[in-house]
Amino acid sequence: MPFIPHTDSDVRAMLDAIGAPDTDALFEEIPANLRAPGLPGIPVAMNEMEVGRLLMGLAARDGRPLNFIGAGAYEHHIPAAVWSIVTRGEFYSAYTPYQAEASQGTLQLLYEYQTMMASLTGLDISNASLYDGASGLAEACLMAVRANRKSKSQRILLPVALNPTYRDVAQVIAGNQNLAFELLPYDAKSGQTLVAALEKYTGQDITAVVLQQPNFFGTLEDVDAVTDWAHANNALMIGVVNPTSLAVLKPPGQWGQLGADIAVGDGQPLGVPLSSGGPYFGFMATRTEHVRQMPGRIIGRTLDLDGKPGFSLTLQAREQHIRRSKATSNICTNQGLLVTAATIYMSLLGPHGLAQVAATSMQRTQQLVDALTRIPGVRLAFDAPRFHEAVLLLDRPVAPVLEALARRGVIGGVDISARYPSLGHALLTCATETRTLADIDTYARALGEALRNAAAAA
Amino acid sequence: MSNVPADLRFMKSHEWARLEADGTITIGISDHAQQALGDLVFVEAPEPGRRVNAGEACAVVESVKAASDVYSPVSGEVVAANADLGGQPELINQDPYGAGWIMRVRPDDKAQFASMLDAAAYSAALAAETH
Repeated sequence: MPFIPHTDSDVRAMLDAIGAPDTDALFEEIPANLRAPGLPGIPVAMNEMEVGRLLMGLAARDGRPLNFIGAGAYEHHIPAAVWSIVTRGEFYSAYTPYQAEASQGTLQLLYEYQTMMASLTGLDISNASLYDGASGLAEACLMAVRANRKSKSQRILLPVALNPTYRDVAQVIAGNQNLAFELLPYDAKSGQTLVAALEKYTGQDITAVVLQQPNFFGTLEDVDAVTDWAHANNALMIGVVNPTSLAVLKPPGQWGQLGADIAVGDGQPLGVPLSSGGPYFGFMATRTEHVRQMPGRIIGRTLDLDGKPGFSLTLQAREQHIRRSKATSNICTNQGLLVTAATIYMSLLGPHGLAQVAATSMQRTQQLVDALTRIPGVRLAFDAPRFHEAVLLLDRPVAPVLEALARRGVIGGVDISARYPSLGHALLTCATETRTLADIDTYARALGEALRNAAAAA
Repeated sequence: MSNVPADLRFMKSHEWARLEADGTITIGISDHAQQALGDLVFVEAPEPGRRVNAGEACAVVESVKAASDVYSPVSGEVVAANADLGGQPELINQDPYGAGWIMRVRPDDKAQFASMLDAAAYSAALAAETH
């Protein structure tokens, strides 16, 4: 479907039809003192060639470092076919279609995506995506308040071991809607959220409990115990999950005796490049009983008047173009382009391929941990089983060590000491299937040298 | 022309109410409202035991076109919700004043019921709305 902007003569014809002299006249009701006088600080327009040259130059400054950062976004191999298909003209729109049913191919793709995500999360139904994982969690918290009709408190329990950025975003979006977040501590030895910390809330009105699997430290949580506690206390269970991990871990729909109520997460690991932080996409799945409280678009399969199968938007009455201020969300959209990439990625890998990615990433992280903890001054923070990420404790501040590694072409991980001061000098590091044993050896040698040099200089 | 039973009271927002012998008030949406909404596909009724205030949105009726709030005409406690609507929201289309009732509220003050529109006043309001 072509998306062609209006020509000057189209604009003139429309202005003439409504009797306006020019487009500025359409904005006259906005007082002059509230209008931006231009965009100070924005340089003059560049043509495509100039922009291309500028961006290539900026990209070259990054070099080609070996990346061991995870912390919410993961470098996985993306088969070349994924983005060659995504960038076909028929798919290449980042946005949700307005005349949706005219774009049957787009709707079919979104329907296939929803089917895959429902299968991956073990839940009944998925929406057509959200902005990203962090805003997805905020949406899940707001949804839980609407869906949990036994609860009036709007109190939601969040683990300290949840990705702190997700906690920040949930606070910004949902905190202003009178949701109260209370923090669940983690066990200093295992890195797992303390199930015993739930006890003091037993019998209280709690709207929902959030648990991230694997958690921010890469540690696997006791999802069954927390889910069962939530349901026994009339709280809904929200799982924040890594989609790659679901190929090998128990899906949220099977947590505890009843399964989680809502699963959300960031879809980036499914075929979306790191791209310096975005755009990514969020996913959300739930049980049928909560579907009318789920934000976002949902595509359904139906039959047309001739009995032929087709796809349409469904359950739209909950959405903002119909329900206005009372819609399930007024901040969400879907991320059509990235969902297209994820759908093609999943269809190319299949369940077995995705499980291989997950298992290999786990193995590589274990090999990384083994190699790095052999270095004097490096030890593992937590002893519980993990997925493809780990927290290491150094014998000196992390930031200068990371700088020394970067000079050797190694991006060693994220310094999480400031967010988790009780851990000390804490480094969150990750190896996916894209890191080879030689890469791990390069990292280990660079880290050993950096620590020796730092010790010698001290 | 929609049906406006003479023995009921109404709100301008198209709810009807009937005072029962036990002092509770049964609430639903009018024939006019169900016609305007079209085929209903879902009804979200309040939990029994919930406190509602007069004019507070306490149920949602969803058709293929729109999801609309249903307001309580009186303050009080919800004592019953029509469980049949969970599986058969179309009861509201078929029998808005009978099997399509939505909820029953025990009012704090029956005067709030008495101050609602009577059938003649609601019919006049409908006539004014369509002109």
